[in-house]
Amino acid sequence: MKALSQQRRHPLAAVALLLVGLLLTGGLYAAATSVNEAQASNVPDAYSASDVEEGERLFVANCATCHGINAAGSDAGPSLVGAGAAAVDFQVGTGRMPMQMSGPQAKQKPAQFNDEQTMQLAAYVASLGAGPSVPEDEYLDTSEGDISRGGELFRINCAMCHNAAAAGGALTEGKFAPALAGVESKHIYEAMMTGPQNMPEFNDSNIPAVDKRDIIAFLKNNESQGVPGGFALGSLGPVSEGLLIWTLGLVLLIGSMVWLTSRSS
Amino acid sequence: MSTQSLEPKYTEAQYSEVDQYQPATRTGRISNYVDQRVGGTGLVREFGRKVFPDHWTFMFGEVALYSFLITVVSGAFLTFWFDPSMASTQYEGSYAPMQGVEMSTAYATALELSFDVRGGLFMRQLHHWGALMFVMAMAVHMLRVFFTGAFRKPRELNWVVGCALLVAGLGAGFTGYSLPDEVLSGNGLRIIDGMLKAIPMVGTYISFFLFGGEFPGDEVIPRLYSLHIFVIPAVILILIAVHLFMVVVHKHTQYPGPGRTERNVVGYPIGPVYAAKAGGFLFVVFGVLALLAGLFQINALWNYGPYDPSPVQAGTQPDWYIGWFDGVLRLMPGSIGDISLEFVLPTPWGGNSVALPVLIPMIPIAVLLLGLFVWPFLEAWITGDKKEHHVLDRPRNAPGRTAFGMAMMVWYFVMWGAASSDLVAVQFSLSLNDVIIWLRVLFFLGPILAFIITKRICLALQRKDREIVLHGNEAGVIEMLPHGEFREKHNRVNDYELFTLVAYESPEVTPARPNAKGKVSLLEKSRAGLNRVFFEDRVAPVSREEYLEALSHDHHESSAALPAAASAQLESSKH
Repeated sequence: MKALSQQRRHPLAAVALLLVGLLLTGGLYAAATSVNEAQASNVPDAYSASDVEEGERLFVANCATCHGINAAGSDAGPSLVGAGAAAVDFQVGTGRMPMQMSGPQAKQKPAQFNDEQTMQLAAYVASLGAGPSVPEDEYLDTSEGDISRGGELFRINCAMCHNAAAAGGALTEGKFAPALAGVESKHIYEAMMTGPQNMPEFNDSNIPAVDKRDIIAFLKNNESQGVPGGFALGSLGPVSEGLLIWTLGLVLLIGSMVWLTSRSS
Repeated sequence: MSTQSLEPKYTEAQYSEVDQYQPATRTGRISNYVDQRVGGTGLVREFGRKVFPDHWTFMFGEVALYSFLITVVSGAFLTFWFDPSMASTQYEGSYAPMQGVEMSTAYATALELSFDVRGGLFMRQLHHWGALMFVMAMAVHMLRVFFTGAFRKPRELNWVVGCALLVAGLGAGFTGYSLPDEVLSGNGLRIIDGMLKAIPMVGTYISFFLFGGEFPGDEVIPRLYSLHIFVIPAVILILIAVHLFMVVVHKHTQYPGPGRTERNVVGYPIGPVYAAKAGGFLFVVFGVLALLAGLFQINALWNYGPYDPSPVQAGTQPDWYIGWFDGVLRLMPGSIGDISLEFVLPTPWGGNSVALPVLIPMIPIAVLLLGLFVWPFLEAWITGDKKEHHVLDRPRNAPGRTAFGMAMMVWYFVMWGAASSDLVAVQFSLSLNDVIIWLRVLFFLGPILAFIITKRICLALQRKDREIVLHGNEAGVIEMLPHGEFREKHNRVNDYELFTLVAYESPEVTPARPNAKGKVSLLEKSRAGLNRVFFEDRVAPVSREEYLEALSHDHHESSAALPAAASAQLESSKH
């Protein structure tokens, strides 16, 4: 901070500021326009030939190293024929793909492609073979969902890995189920459809689309209702509660004990 | 039959004078009225003048007592609404994500307490934080007692009472944790059920008796409720009464210091200052708990859902004090390589399976718990010490015990930590499998390393104490002597500090002795072996002779140094 304030009268400061301002405005405009486009592309048939073509170009440049030319797979990555648009939208849209490095599990990171590019990649993969498509808006409308039914479904199907409060949990050998707070409804739906990483697949014959909507409604309700009892301590249950009593609780007690037994000098 | 003494203690005239006595002030009249009817003077004389040494580490027992009281009071509040029935009902309360869900009445009333009773959630959280603090305060109190040697004669039996209190506290906690009948605590009960069923031959029967049929049944919550609100609190209250009575009988221990001996207690009398402090401390503890209960959510039971035996949720753990039971089960492999640890015991009626992966983890738990109860007797046997001890050990001055205590703590920590292996793996981006493997290694190596390291640290601290006694504290001032030598100035400690540093016992090894028949029994040999582990490395306290010699040395170096050196030079130049 100090360095920044010292440099504020630098001759190039105004130029730098202008540059930052321009980038910000341009970036925001680009983001705003591409959001509109993504909404338009939710209907699977909307993929045009040029989308597929552009998607293939992006694929060859960014994905083919591991997934192979024509997405047929290689030693480093699986074939994407039949993976479907939903899988691409999830993996690329949450930044998991392209993978930063190989490891037990691809981690979420800022998305590398904008919504238009993601849509084009999805169009290309969808063109390779039939697979789950990006969900329609009616199944993402959480106001339609039944949250108590969603809660029951979540506890039966999801909580064993994702934790009852959707705070995430451990799997074997460094793999894990991530926390679900802040994940877009569309991505939650797609994850259930396609079973990314180590997640099992919950297709429509397993959990029908309306039930998926209930689950998403339950999760979104949990996020918006707040924490009834104060700080949630990560919603990790008795471990973080035990940690708190042995740290803050004990420190407060010892502090008052030392105070009570101290002598005025 | 004994008769009261025939000789009256006082004359009739004295008795009637007491009867006729009218105090002048209002306060006097009230206290006289009370005193003549309940004999308050005697009580105040006995208890009000009890002397307690002032040290903050002596207050953990009080915390345990107060948090227990707070837990009882807040628990009484909860009983007004909570209904421990396992009858099925449909939730119609105000928590939206549960509306219309079928659940037991116990869970429904626990939700009602949390969302529809004014102050109910606060009281629930106060009760739960109070329970965590109750067991924590007992644990820390016991660690203090252990590491200062306060359990030694004559207090061994009170240590046993304390251990029983700890076990009762664990029981109170676990039965309470299970009451809301949601998935988290149901998983805990399932583990208990599994442990019971693992007991060869009779396990299934015991489980069926407890649960009133096949798990989970519809009996267990009301039964746990009876234990939780009636039986266990009554046991705890009785044990507390015995514990405190024995504290009064034994008088309090004190840390070593000038004027403190095995025959006295130096401190403040209970009345009035200490009573005021202790009474105030009740409110401090209450304040801390209220703060936690108001700010931090505990046991968010609305997340877990009504109990259903099929799902086990991620991050399922018991409350901290039961954690080590859970952890040791997680550490135990189900099979070693291809060798299964489960086998069938052939019996005339067909065979009973023996599940060693569940039974073996009970061994360290039993060893630690039993060891806790018998430790005072075990240590007295090893050391052969039959003296009364009212002056405490500084932990460093009992390196063997301190090291052993640390070893057992590390052992406990490994089991405790293993209960959170999954959360450790996720939070620190580790592999769950690796975490378990490391904890398994530490389970065996940790206590040994802790013993060796702690013992070395204790001995080093004792040597440091000797150094301070003999040479004083480094003053941080470099002096140059007239002949050019540089030296750091040392300040001698005052007599008060000196006393604490030199007044301790450092027993030597007592080798195995033959018994009356002239034979050295195997038991005596093992006693001597343990005794050697305890005492073979020792740092003796500074003796009077050593101290006086150091003082005279001091004298030479500082004030006499120059004249001596100067005169020596003069001497040599003459020749």
